[in-house]
Amino acid sequence: MTLNSPILEIKDLQVSINDNEILKNLNLKINRGEIHAIMGPNGSGKSTFSKVLAGHPAYSISQGDILFKGLSILDLDPEERSHLGIFLAFQYPIEIPGVSNEDFLRLAYNSKQKFYNKPEVDPLQFLTIINDKLKLVNMSPLFLSRNVNEGFSGGEKKRNEILQMILLDSELSILDETDSGLDIDALKVISDGINNFMSPEKSIILITHYQRLLDYISPNYVHVMQGGKIVKTGSAELAKELEDKGYEWLQS
Amino acid sequence: MINQSNKVLNTNITKLVNQDYPYGFSTTIEKDIIEKGLNEKTIRLISQKKKETSFLLDFRLKAYKKWKQMTEPEWAYLKFPQIDFQDIIYYSAPKSQKKLKDLNEVDPELLRTFEKLGISLTEQKRLANVAIDVVFDSISIATTFQDELSKYGVIFSSISEAMIEYPDLIEKYLGSVVPIGDNYFSALNSAVFTDGSFCYIPEGIICPLDLSTYFRINDQQSGQFERTLIISEKNSKVNYLEGCTAPQYDTNQLHAAVVELIALENASIKYSTVQNWYSGNEFGKGGVYNFVTKRGLCAGSNSKISWTQVETGSSITWKYPSCLLVGDNSQGEFYSVALTNNYQQADTGTKMTHIGKNTRSRIISKGISAGKSKNSYRGSVNVTNKALGARNYSQCDSLLIGNLSNANTFPFISVQNSTTKIEHEASTSKIGEEQIFYFLQRGICLEKAVELMISGFCREIFTKLPLEFAAEADKLLSLKLEGSVG
Repeated sequence: MTLNSPILEIKDLQVSINDNEILKNLNLKINRGEIHAIMGPNGSGKSTFSKVLAGHPAYSISQGDILFKGLSILDLDPEERSHLGIFLAFQYPIEIPGVSNEDFLRLAYNSKQKFYNKPEVDPLQFLTIINDKLKLVNMSPLFLSRNVNEGFSGGEKKRNEILQMILLDSELSILDETDSGLDIDALKVISDGINNFMSPEKSIILITHYQRLLDYISPNYVHVMQGGKIVKTGSAELAKELEDKGYEWLQS
Repeated sequence: MINQSNKVLNTNITKLVNQDYPYGFSTTIEKDIIEKGLNEKTIRLISQKKKETSFLLDFRLKAYKKWKQMTEPEWAYLKFPQIDFQDIIYYSAPKSQKKLKDLNEVDPELLRTFEKLGISLTEQKRLANVAIDVVFDSISIATTFQDELSKYGVIFSSISEAMIEYPDLIEKYLGSVVPIGDNYFSALNSAVFTDGSFCYIPEGIICPLDLSTYFRINDQQSGQFERTLIISEKNSKVNYLEGCTAPQYDTNQLHAAVVELIALENASIKYSTVQNWYSGNEFGKGGVYNFVTKRGLCAGSNSKISWTQVETGSSITWKYPSCLLVGDNSQGEFYSVALTNNYQQADTGTKMTHIGKNTRSRIISKGISAGKSKNSYRGSVNVTNKALGARNYSQCDSLLIGNLSNANTFPFISVQNSTTKIEHEASTSKIGEEQIFYFLQRGICLEKAVELMISGFCREIFTKLPLEFAAEADKLLSLKLEGSVG
């Protein structure tokens, strides 16, 4: 694949849930190697946008198209999108009682291996793989034996999301408010993890409310979403301006 | 939002192979049948066919008299049409004249049936270290490894055989734990039981093989009334496994069993069941009515009885494996997974009666309800005034799948002394669509996601099952749930 070809193209997307239109005429193009930040007030459609990309079944798409690496993914199941390289770091990672993190991570890893006809790894081999990744997000191996997100602190949950992103080596990662609820040290660890993960072949969409995260991860573009569409696009400077003036500034 | 996405998830799920009940076939075989209906004549005929002693005939007639005076219990949280007890065949046996010693003599059609069920009656079972007794409709077909076991003094045979060979043991213990008039269904069983397994572990012996019985109802109109009796003498130990399947019919078949366990001083009995009777189709038609009385008596001090059950089949399950903790320091355990789907109804649990000093009991129950099913835990912990220092721990967890299933817990606790410690924990949870989406987003398919969550939910129980059973149970649960999540 050539660099700077669009990895994601969203054309005139219209999305509703229970007949409520949430996204309207949304257009966006993301190239490989780019980081795009999406900011916007509460209820502007940012989280809906992230779930639609991942294929959440609750939303219906009435118009438009989503092209991933040049192909429409509208008809693909969530797990197929995942195998193709789309990753969503959830705003609120859900707890899964009774399922150990280690089993969960290994199953996710092996599902992808299987999809690409590669050999699945056994638990011992997997331990070597995961131990290297754990260091990247500063997590103790002890957390492998805990149940997925159960009893995790806010920071641990978010780190677990980044760990999964690194493990699955996704090409397009959508990070939905990964910075919320983090103290400054955790924010640094996570930002370092993301920056080290980023490469010219990959792309990241950062959904955030705050400029704070953008001090650690510098985006190529900043988009402002309002009322279900992108109302302004600019450079990293735009985020600073927003921080000073608030979203109302854009409405005038 | 929920409804719409449920719909989408459901269509995704229906794409999955909807596994049919794999044991639903029936076998055509020449049968010896006593005509439908229940009366004294039927009972005398059964007794006659089995060449029973007068003790047993009296036992049956007494039970029948009691049964006639009793009424069907209605307290369980179950709904089903009135059972017509006159419309049931009480004796149906494959036409073979004598008890077979050599498997080569068994009707090849029967052997094929059991091969289809994945039960090998041949010597291969030696590798799995399991001795097996097979009950087909009303009659025990074959018992393997009897000679091997007899070297240790262990008796493992069909109960009909035991009634002839060991009448003293039968007369001493039959009905000693579950008295004739204990309840409606046990009285019925006592009147008409046809076969079942008998185990006797002599003093000081740790049974070298796991003992196993496989029950199969084949005939469409026959009920199965089996009777199992296990006696574990001083310092002995035994592991017992039970499996069951039935063909797929539109009508309901009745299964009313009685199992009695007796553990003397220091003895230990571990009884595991994987129940997979036909559960009816997705509209609730057909399936087995399963009314079972299982009770263990910890007669000696330091004795231990442990029940483990995985209940996945039957359209109606009414079953409460219980322990009478009479000996001082005796222990009772109940580990259960009950899964209901479609229109299945289960009312199951246990009864722990503490009589001896320092007796302990432990109850862990996991109920999973999917589809439009009803799943209830009903438990009773009774501590008498003499059971000083008794302890009980109960944990009842329910897992709901979908929006139409039903889970209930009816715990009953009665304590009559102040030195007792009782703990009770309960939880209800639901497999939500957001959890499933989390798995899907990570590339894990729905089937695997559900399998992982269910086996996580049941782990505590599965670790109590013998190894080969645990793998089977795990597989069984995920098969049963296919197409039900969303």
